[in-house]
Amino acid sequence: MKNKYFERIYNGIIKENPTFVIMLGMCPTLATTTSAINGFGMGIATTAVLIFSNLLIAALRNIIPEKVRIPAYIVVIASLVTIVELLMQAYVRPLYNTLGIYIPLIVVNCIIMGRAEAYAAKHSALLSACDGIGMGLGFTCALTIIGFCRELVGAGSVFGYQIIPDDFHVGIFVMAPGAFLVLACLTALQNKLKAPSATNLSKAEKAKKKLAGEPAGCTGECGSCMLHAEEIVDKKIELKKADCPKTEAAAKEGGNR
Amino acid sequence: MALNEDKKLYHVSSSPHVRSNVTTRKIMTDVAIAMLPATALGIYRFGLHALLTVVLTVAAAVISEYLYEYLMKRPITISDGSAVVTGMILALNMPPQIPYWIPMLGSVFAIVVVKQLYGGIGQNFMNPALAARCFLLISFSKAMTDFSASFPAGADAVSGATPLAVLKAGGEASLSDLFFGNIPGTIGEISVLMLLIGAAYLLIRGVISIRIPAVYILTVAVFMGLFGGRGFDLYYIACEVCAGGLIFGAFFMATDYVTTPITPLGQIIFAVAIGLLTGVFRVFGASAEGVSYAIIIGNIIAPLIERATVPTPFGKGRYAEITKKLMNENKGGGR
Repeated sequence: MKNKYFERIYNGIIKENPTFVIMLGMCPTLATTTSAINGFGMGIATTAVLIFSNLLIAALRNIIPEKVRIPAYIVVIASLVTIVELLMQAYVRPLYNTLGIYIPLIVVNCIIMGRAEAYAAKHSALLSACDGIGMGLGFTCALTIIGFCRELVGAGSVFGYQIIPDDFHVGIFVMAPGAFLVLACLTALQNKLKAPSATNLSKAEKAKKKLAGEPAGCTGECGSCMLHAEEIVDKKIELKKADCPKTEAAAKEGGNR
Repeated sequence: MALNEDKKLYHVSSSPHVRSNVTTRKIMTDVAIAMLPATALGIYRFGLHALLTVVLTVAAAVISEYLYEYLMKRPITISDGSAVVTGMILALNMPPQIPYWIPMLGSVFAIVVVKQLYGGIGQNFMNPALAARCFLLISFSKAMTDFSASFPAGADAVSGATPLAVLKAGGEASLSDLFFGNIPGTIGEISVLMLLIGAAYLLIRGVISIRIPAVYILTVAVFMGLFGGRGFDLYYIACEVCAGGLIFGAFFMATDYVTTPITPLGQIIFAVAIGLLTGVFRVFGASAEGVSYAIIIGNIIAPLIERATVPTPFGKGRYAEITKKLMNENKGGGR
């Protein structure tokens, strides 16, 4: 936990898992997880783009003007996605055919834009790459697990090997409703097991955060915090004032003198 | 409707103080009684397998409700009978030769996913039994549409196609067969007569109002006349109305209190909407029947219909300006 690079990876996989905790990138999550291998392929493709987009954007963060940063990010991301798409077309043709339109759609994946905006734009290149690895692996794990469950119940197979006879397949699970059901169940499970995550703090931690004026359940780097950063700072100052009125009064007195 | 018999109300609430001895349990008992004629005929026609299907489906519904509430440490509500009714509706929607585990799985889905996960009775956003039926229809479409073994020995019409499928293919159906249940179909939907006896009982007991079923059936009839491709042929329209799950759906499922609008105008809009959807599914859809899908889509839009048709309370609306003026004058006088 002491190593901040390792901390980013742990944060991506468990604490701020993009799928089960911050619920980003729902479109590929729901659409491409009809089987474990599809989910895994989608996850890996996204991870590759995420690592390099984070790396490049963090490296360019001082050059990109504030006002046009979103178009600039999109150019970076889109180039990377095109590379990944062409590589997949060349070397993993079956997966490329199954995922179809969802590969070019990685460009508009919320996770990638979100990490670029919330993390890579403010941190060093190496840290951002680690953040990309963590987030990407978290996404890949989540998609593979969802795909595994859907494939097992809906098509009766595990990574393509059929283990349940045809009559007992619950077909709905390989269709759209099954994606929602499995995602909801896994998210509920994650909440129930109290896996330590951004939205799942202990009561004591929540109270502590409340006292500090931060929104409960967040490391202070989520989109919500970024939007309300000024308010939070104001609140903190107010709280500090409330905590130590004497010192302030003393300071004022000092100023008067 | 929601008062519990065994719970005395000691807390003070705001008006209106309407007293009623109607309870969920009484309503559910009435609905279950109303379904008995159709159930009995289904069991008579299809034999032991149908009986066991009904019993096991109801049992699965009640047990899953008990287990969920026990595990979640919620008050146990199996005695209000709603799980029994859900199980019964689901069982009556099953083809007669279905493997037992399929409707039982449907019961668990209806109770746990559709009803309990959303907060239990009164909170479900769509009719649990219908949602479960659609779940099963999508998942096990082969078993769920297999009516080939519908008739035990001795019957004359041993055809796999239901009357609706025959009608859709351009054939003819016999109205008297539809009326007395001499057709292949699901356990509960085959006889219009038995369903109407049950519906009459519910209407007389005041459990349901005629508004939704009447408007629903009328809409389907008009739609089939306009787009059915055979003009306003009365015999054909009557067959379309009596065949499939329309009568069963109109009286027993589209009248569910929880998932349909409560405002009178809203109920009419709801009934017209599901009537149109049923017609569209029947005429233009891939399968012959569309009642279940139409009703659950109607269930989903019910809150929107309700919101759009909120009745104007006394003192609001047209006279609001006058009332406001009068109140202001009164205030002025007080000063």
